[in-house]
Amino acid sequence: MKLEFERFMPKFWEYRDVASGPFRALFDFRKIWKQAVFLCAGVALTPLILMALIDYNVTQKAIESEILLRTSRLVSNERRAISFFLEERKFALDFVVHDNPYDTLKDTARLETILENLKKSLGGFSDLGVIDSSGIQVNYAGSYRLLGVDYRRHDWFRQVMEKGVYISDVFLGLRNAPHFVIALKHLLPNGDSFILRSSLDMERFQKILSQMELEPSGDAVIINRSGVLQTPSRYFHDIFSRIPFAIPDFSSTTQVYQTSDSKGRIYVIGYAYIVDTPFILMVTKQKNELMKPWFKTRLHLVAFLAVSIVGILAVIIGVATYLVNHMYMADQKRVMTLHQVEYANKLASIGRLAAGVAHEINNPLAIINEKAGLIKDILTFRSDCAVDAKFVGLVDSILSSVERCGAITRRLLGFARHMEVRIQKVSIRDIIQDVIGFLGKEAEYKSIVVSADIPEEIPEFESDRGKLQQIFLNLVNNAFAAMNEGGHLKIAVAAVPEKSVSVSVSDDGCGISDADLKRVFEPFFTTKSRTGGTGLGLSITYGLVQELGGDIQVESAVGKGTRFIVTLPLIREPQISEQKKGDVDAGIVG
Amino acid sequence: MAERILLVDDEKDFLDIMSERLKYRGMDVATAGSAREAISKIALESYDVIVLDLQMQEMDGLEALKVLRTVKPELQVILLTGHVTLEKGVEAMKLGAMDLMEKPADIAILEDKIRRAHARKMILVEKQTEARVNEIILNKGW
Repeated sequence: MKLEFERFMPKFWEYRDVASGPFRALFDFRKIWKQAVFLCAGVALTPLILMALIDYNVTQKAIESEILLRTSRLVSNERRAISFFLEERKFALDFVVHDNPYDTLKDTARLETILENLKKSLGGFSDLGVIDSSGIQVNYAGSYRLLGVDYRRHDWFRQVMEKGVYISDVFLGLRNAPHFVIALKHLLPNGDSFILRSSLDMERFQKILSQMELEPSGDAVIINRSGVLQTPSRYFHDIFSRIPFAIPDFSSTTQVYQTSDSKGRIYVIGYAYIVDTPFILMVTKQKNELMKPWFKTRLHLVAFLAVSIVGILAVIIGVATYLVNHMYMADQKRVMTLHQVEYANKLASIGRLAAGVAHEINNPLAIINEKAGLIKDILTFRSDCAVDAKFVGLVDSILSSVERCGAITRRLLGFARHMEVRIQKVSIRDIIQDVIGFLGKEAEYKSIVVSADIPEEIPEFESDRGKLQQIFLNLVNNAFAAMNEGGHLKIAVAAVPEKSVSVSVSDDGCGISDADLKRVFEPFFTTKSRTGGTGLGLSITYGLVQELGGDIQVESAVGKGTRFIVTLPLIREPQISEQKKGDVDAGIVG
Repeated sequence: MAERILLVDDEKDFLDIMSERLKYRGMDVATAGSAREAISKIALESYDVIVLDLQMQEMDGLEALKVLRTVKPELQVILLTGHVTLEKGVEAMKLGAMDLMEKPADIAILEDKIRRAHARKMILVEKQTEARVNEIILNKGW
């Protein structure tokens, strides 16, 4: 699991640059990454989260207040409907007492007709009774036998006598069905009074409530001022039981508030006191149900926020990782470059040392060579010495060892030569002419015809003079070695416009076989081992051309000759090893 | 006729041995331990070939070469030196050195070069003589 995780770790994560000393913090890429990520995340996410929170709150509050407002409106409407229903019946009774003289009302037949008419026109009335001022029911129309009942001691009788109007709580009464009573006192011209009392069944009343547009979880009930249910409830208890909430405070207007029941469910409750009645209209709604649309919106909001956060974080982490990785890479490059420079310097020092040593060794080596040669000469030329073939063999062995040492010192000097690059404006014409001049004598001995074709328009370009000389010297030397007496060497220069210059060195010597052709630039590959070749000449030449940013190609046919083509750039790209310029003399690799 | 050679080198050991070796090869060898000595010897005696070291104390081989070539242009100079740069080599050639060899040198090759140099000098002298004779003939009206 850990290994899996490590695969995704960026390269800089575990990197610690111990060598950077007091500036270590500058190279603590993990810290840089963390800073970048936290800063960006902070800047990007804080406003987002803040806005989301504000939006969350505002929307929630708006929805809540919308719910409250809606409830309030509903309660107001219903209160009006219920008030109207009650007022209507009150006015009907009022009309009856005004329209019918007391004596008429005492006529049972007439009362029954009135009841019948009320039932037909308004509805809701179940009986009518006329009670005189002493509390005795003097006339009754309805399904019960209540004539002569004495109501003098009843509470409602006292109240109606005092206030003129009375609306009762809902009760079961004799008929054992919920109903309530409206009673009206009417003053007679003679100062006496009577009461018209009517029972109203709950059917119409409940119809009003049931027609309310309520959510499935909503409930509309009427309670009396003691909190007892006057109508059946959908969710609470039966009629005449107490509601599970506190009785709301009196208010002449519609009120809405929130409360919770014993189970912790929050309810939105709207209520209105119905004036001049014991009734309170109460609408309860479960808040959770009302808030369902909000929960959906909230889910969207939170999901959007979460997706945004994840997206932003992914982008920030991705970008930070990418950038810090690039920084890390650049730093690694820098460190590598430093190491290379250091290495190049080290090599240059070694080169200088080697050159010095080689130089110093060459002189004693020459002495050994000459002394051994002298011994050989004495053995060969003087007749007074008894020539022992063994001596000559030993001297020859010394001489060949000296030759090997000579080759090594030359190689060392060549190596030192390799370390240095000195860039200056060079003319390829001068360089080739120098080389031809240098090797002219040898060409003369071998009767080799050297021709050079160098067009005038070849421009001067920046390069390393010594290295170029070395390159062509090696190539011409090689060509000489491949040719017998009377050979032809041709050097031709051609310009590749604005980009490079190509120099071909062709001979009509022995040529190189296809098998060898592939290996000519390999170090220590030589066909001249018997004549003392080190096998380094062409390999060094190849290296030198590469160092100068050029390219070397070879074409050859056995028996016909060989052609080397060196292509050199007119515009140089800077090289690391040039940063250190030394003063070691350029050497000739033989 | 034996080749008259002047060996110039500030390394006495080398000078002694090399002169002996060349003598074995039938050459008439004189030596000079410094460039100055060589210049004074040139003035007194006539040599065919000078074998000159490039790196010497006091006076450098190239400077000596310049002087020698001005004093006696027909002198054939072979440079025999330790490590040499191409630039120096080219310069020496331009100054009229006949050839250049690096130490340690193969005596056979050196011998061959000396003989070629000698032959060349002979041809030069011959040509000069011929020119002089022709000049005299022309001037004197013979």
